Amino acid sequence: MKGDHQTLALLLFSAFIAVTLFITTWVGRNRQGSAEEFYVGGRLFSPIENGFAIAGDYMSAASFLGISGLIALFGYDGMLYSVGFLVAWLVVLLLVAELVRNCGRFTLADVVAARMAERPVRTAVGTSSVTVSVLYLVAQMVGAGSLVALLLGGTSDAARSWTVVGVGALMVIYVSFGGMRATTWIQIVKAVLLMAGALALTVLVLVHFHGNINSLLNTAAERSGHGKDFLAPGLRYGGDWTSRFDFISLGVALVLGTAGLPHILSRFYTVPTARAARRSVVWSIGLIGSFYLMTIVLGFGAAALVGSSEVRASNAAGNTAIPLLALDLGGGEGSTGGTILFAVVAAIAFATILAVVAGITLASSASVAHDLYASLRRPGRKKRSEVAVARTAAAGIGAVAIGLGLLAQDLNVAFLVGLAFAVAASANLPVLLYSLFWRNFTTRGAVWAVYGGLVPAVVLVLVSPVVSGSPTSLFPGVDFQLFPLENPGLVSIPLGFLAGWIGTVTSPEPPDEAKHAEAEVRALTGAGAA
Amino acid sequence: MEKEAGPETAGVRLDDPWDDVPAPGRGDQDGTGGVAPLDASGAAAPGPRPSAADIYLEVHRSDAFREVRRRYRRFVAPAALAFLLWYLAYVVAATTAPALMARPVAGAVNVAMVAGLGQFLTTFLLTWAYARHARLRRDRAALDLRWDTQEMTRGLGR
Repeated sequence: MKGDHQTLALLLFSAFIAVTLFITTWVGRNRQGSAEEFYVGGRLFSPIENGFAIAGDYMSAASFLGISGLIALFGYDGMLYSVGFLVAWLVVLLLVAELVRNCGRFTLADVVAARMAERPVRTAVGTSSVTVSVLYLVAQMVGAGSLVALLLGGTSDAARSWTVVGVGALMVIYVSFGGMRATTWIQIVKAVLLMAGALALTVLVLVHFHGNINSLLNTAAERSGHGKDFLAPGLRYGGDWTSRFDFISLGVALVLGTAGLPHILSRFYTVPTARAARRSVVWSIGLIGSFYLMTIVLGFGAAALVGSSEVRASNAAGNTAIPLLALDLGGGEGSTGGTILFAVVAAIAFATILAVVAGITLASSASVAHDLYASLRRPGRKKRSEVAVARTAAAGIGAVAIGLGLLAQDLNVAFLVGLAFAVAASANLPVLLYSLFWRNFTTRGAVWAVYGGLVPAVVLVLVSPVVSGSPTSLFPGVDFQLFPLENPGLVSIPLGFLAGWIGTVTSPEPPDEAKHAEAEVRALTGAGAA
Repeated sequence: MEKEAGPETAGVRLDDPWDDVPAPGRGDQDGTGGVAPLDASGAAAPGPRPSAADIYLEVHRSDAFREVRRRYRRFVAPAALAFLLWYLAYVVAATTAPALMARPVAGAVNVAMVAGLGQFLTTFLLTWAYARHARLRRDRAALDLRWDTQEMTRGLGR
């Protein structure tokens, strides 16, 4: 029986890899090799295509398996993640998407550098973008390793390591040979697969309970062993005040971090106008919102049908709740339906990871080539060399991510994702909002805002219980813990805003009024937009 | 084509300024946006042409641009403040007032469920309202300003 799972799942994995490699070569055949083509796919995607691609970039395996698993284990407290991940898109829609599309060309640093002295700003924003991307990438690779090992039954270290290496190699191939065009189509395919899979399972759960949500919730509460407490907050984050503040910190980081994620921001450049960027976000909010609504049904469905204790017995973090639910809905262990559904869910989770890592790799290679390399190279080189640098950078980032992914194999995936969001919210969001909305913002303010958020975020994590001082931390033997919270957002995000403000008011040079006028006119009207 | 398939545009196609966008470089739109072009007579004007920075400052000071900016900020500032406060209130209530959140409303559904689904609902509603506001109140004026500004800065090496 276990063998059937594995054969079918491996077959579907291979099919997905074959399709994505076909997309990559097919796109590569028609490529012209310009920066416009490599970074943003020629800017000619339609809003609906980009909306699906954004959704594909955003809905990671951590949310598909992780959130449903948390709901299956802790009930309502898992649902808080779904809400945070969705509400974050209002920040993107209202404050960021259109203005960023109008002001920049390829990366986040373009938007800030338009108003400031180019070199220091590009170096700072490029550094923080690469940091965020690598953290997020490592989280996804660690997730891929443990997930594939778990789903295929081979929990040996070798299987996990080879999965990490394989995922890293594939993402470098997609990005280097296919650029943004191939990456976007892979995201779209993945988003369609994920939505279809989630929808099918949701319908099966609802049919099982004859559409009666009340009986679904009651059964879930009953089988969780917690009774009515399962349907109210507090099971996971209810304890002492430290864990409550930790949750508030995570909630703030989730809602503010999305607008600072480089791979999300770069997606707005793949459409021709700001209006198309807005419509893509509207599409993606529709897709992401319905997806997270479905994860709630699936999470409570797993608690009701599989039972919380069985989910916990299979994987302590709850990551296998959805595969177990699929097995159950298909007719249980040993049935044909169960085997097929289980393999399909495993393949979808794998596709999800591959698509997300490709998107992040592309965004970080753009940051390296367009921001870091371009601000440090000698002027007068040809543009062609920038794309070559970006391709090489993709391979380099792939190598770094594989290395860190192998080292960090035992870290909690959800924690790494939360950390990436916290760093994005602390280092990228303040500088972005200030340069879009603050007339007096200066170069020094921009540089301080980036480092003033980035450094505290990273340092606070290093002295947090995640790294040392508790039995579950990275180095349980030593204790240099100074900061009680696992997520630094509650402290480091205000510090980023504060540093930007202090840097600006202590600036020796006055703000450039003409450049501010130009930036504001361009942001709101689209005049001169790339 | 899919381009037309945005959920928010159905039924209001006539108000959609982007449907009649010709190729870039149309030349005779001066004055539609209310910005007085600095060099209306083009190459025939004597003396040095204004720099791009002057043109952007001029547009920035124009009433048409101020109106676009005012409409954007009037909608976005209160909306952003409202949804951030509503989300923060939700997170804080979930962590500090579990008793209140556990109060039953109907059957198995309690206050926490209603609040969580309320967050989904308000997000969808605000998305719809913002897209509608931008389409009906801002897009046309912003597009006119864009063409005017690009017309004025054309040939300045930008």
